Amino acid sequence: MSRRRRRTPAALVRARPEPAFEISLDGRPLPALPGQSLAAALWAAGVLSWRRTRGSGRPRGAFCGIGSCYDCLATVNGTPNQRACLIPARPGDAVTTQEGHGHAGLAV
Amino acid sequence: MPVSPSDTRGTVHDLAVIGAGPAGLAAAVTAAELGLTVALLDAAPRPGGQFYRQPAPGLGAARPRALHHSWGAFTRRAARLAAQRAAGRVHHLAEHHVWAVTRATADPEHWTVHAVTGPDGAHGPAPELTARHVLLATGAYERQLPFPGWTLPGVVGAAGAQAMLKAGLVLPGRRIVVAGSGPLLLAVAGSLAAAGARVPVVAEAGDYGAYARSPRALAAQPRKLVEAAGHAATLARHGVRLRSRSAVTAVHGTDRVEAVTLTRLDHDWRPLPGTGVRIPCDALAVGHGLVPQLEPATGLGCATRRTPDGGHALVVDGRQRTTVGGIWAAGETCGVAGAELAFIEGELAARSIAGRGPVGALRRRRDRLRRFALAMAAVHAPRPGWSDWLRTDTEVCRCEEVTAGRIQDAVTGLGARDGRTVKLLTRAGMGWCQGRMCGTAVTHLAGDPAPAPTRRPLACPIVLDHLADG
Ligand SMILES: Cc1cc2nc3c(=O)[nH]c(=O)nc-3n(C[C@H](O)[C@H](O)[C@H](O)COP(=O)(O)OP(=O)(O)OC[C@H]3O[C@@H](n4cnc5c(N)ncnc54)[C@H](O)[C@@H]3O)c2cc1C
Ligand code: FES
Repeated sequence: MSRRRRRTPAALVRARPEPAFEISLDGRPLPALPGQSLAAALWAAGVLSWRRTRGSGRPRGAFCGIGSCYDCLATVNGTPNQRACLIPARPGDAVTTQEGHGHAGLAV
Repeated sequence: MPVSPSDTRGTVHDLAVIGAGPAGLAAAVTAAELGLTVALLDAAPRPGGQFYRQPAPGLGAARPRALHHSWGAFTRRAARLAAQRAAGRVHHLAEHHVWAVTRATADPEHWTVHAVTGPDGAHGPAPELTARHVLLATGAYERQLPFPGWTLPGVVGAAGAQAMLKAGLVLPGRRIVVAGSGPLLLAVAGSLAAAGARVPVVAEAGDYGAYARSPRALAAQPRKLVEAAGHAATLARHGVRLRSRSAVTAVHGTDRVEAVTLTRLDHDWRPLPGTGVRIPCDALAVGHGLVPQLEPATGLGCATRRTPDGGHALVVDGRQRTTVGGIWAAGETCGVAGAELAFIEGELAARSIAGRGPVGALRRRRDRLRRFALAMAAVHAPRPGWSDWLRTDTEVCRCEEVTAGRIQDAVTGLGARDGRTVKLLTRAGMGWCQGRMCGTAVTHLAGDPAPAPTRRPLACPIVLDHLADG
């Protein structure tokens, strides 16, 4: 590391987060900070995709960051189609890569 | 006596404000201070909207202002909100996603606000809320234009990267190219760099030189110039280059971004052949300005107008009234123009609703800032040549995976002439996002000269059971 203090988002706002807890993606444990959305926790771990599209099976993750694109849909603790950019991470959350997505039960 | 946030049944509020961004926040505190009872509904857990999005408390940010300019303008109003909440005059209903506003059955002069609750709206319907006036302060979302590779993980909305950074203190990569159009890109690049990302270049498709040719609108807004100079200084400090009339016309990588191609554009945003350069990076933050969020306004029948950047915004009068009596609007729903104007319009609307002036000075500031925004929108408005970036296999609709080639077939082969017909033939715009990501592109590709604003019957997708309950 360089002699200058490394610039990070946390350093910029002088963050002193509460202790991290564990979530998992497809069984792999990952750390998350209290208050972070699932998408933010995944980005922090270098993970950019957690869904495969219905048609061509291409990987997708968060895109708009504010709940309007629905690209970040995740299966969380067995429940599919949750917007990872809006849902706060909770200790023990198990995210599984969502294969495809449907409209079952939804009015759009 | 203060009323608990959920205890809104049976009361008729003087005013329901939808959206707690700068516009809605200013309106709610002003109205409450003038003696009105106010319900303030927002999908987010905390007030502030898109601009004043803050790290969650658990992240322990001691200096959140490092990610915002004009932080004091927010904290002062947030303190007033806290006081009005404590006094029981504002019910702040956080994590309430409003899906419709309808005339109240008991009294057609009143309005019923329908919402679902929870971080992503899955916690079930909120009790119905009734109000005499409704203020729509739902803000905007980012405009996107498709290009080869834009669905690859690591390509993120520029405003989205900003939002994720502000709320979650995270970055999508270490070396992030910022591209698209509009002044927001400068703010985004500045924040990403300050937070430790290497930003090799900001590619602006519009022409910053054009500002020099409209000096009058600029000179009338010294504060905006100072803001722009601040961004320029930040970018210079972090060694970020700004390239005007350039665009990312391709993204490279198999499962995530590895590089982008940056190409020079002509005046109409057509790529200039032979000018492409490959820039290694692990993320791309891209966006083309903002689009007013018109739901639930269009469902109510509020009239809209075309904006210079090809979008639609609500028509309001000198007091922020829409064309539907009892329905008011403020902030970016009335046209994209930034947080400062949103504060002013929110206050103006609240004073008008309460029937308490003076509003002359507010209106003059509003009109000046609106004129400035119009000049700015014209500089950065998407030019038609952008569609030359597409290949036939480029996905235009991200949700339904509809390619440019299929849309072209619908237009040339099947004779579609407007976005709606293309949608029926190809499913472009029929997915979860209801065309928010591909709408601009689809209407352009359909050759629709005067597209109507999209009418979405529900402001957000909701579980059918909730609709039945509501
Ligand atoms: C993702 C994003 C990031 C941005 N970042 C910046 C920035 O860094 N710098 C800058 O100068 N400008 C930024 N902007 C521009 C910003 O929109 C304005 O500066 C300013 O926030 C506009 O204020 P507003 O009150 O009109 O709307 P907003 O701030 O957008 O507030 C609207 C509020 O309404 C809520 N809402 C919308 N629909 C519903 C509904 N159906 N039910 C309930 N609540 C709803 C939203 O949750 C939001 O809190 C950003 C815009 C976006 C979209
Ligand atoms: S990233 Fe767009 S909805 Fe979550």
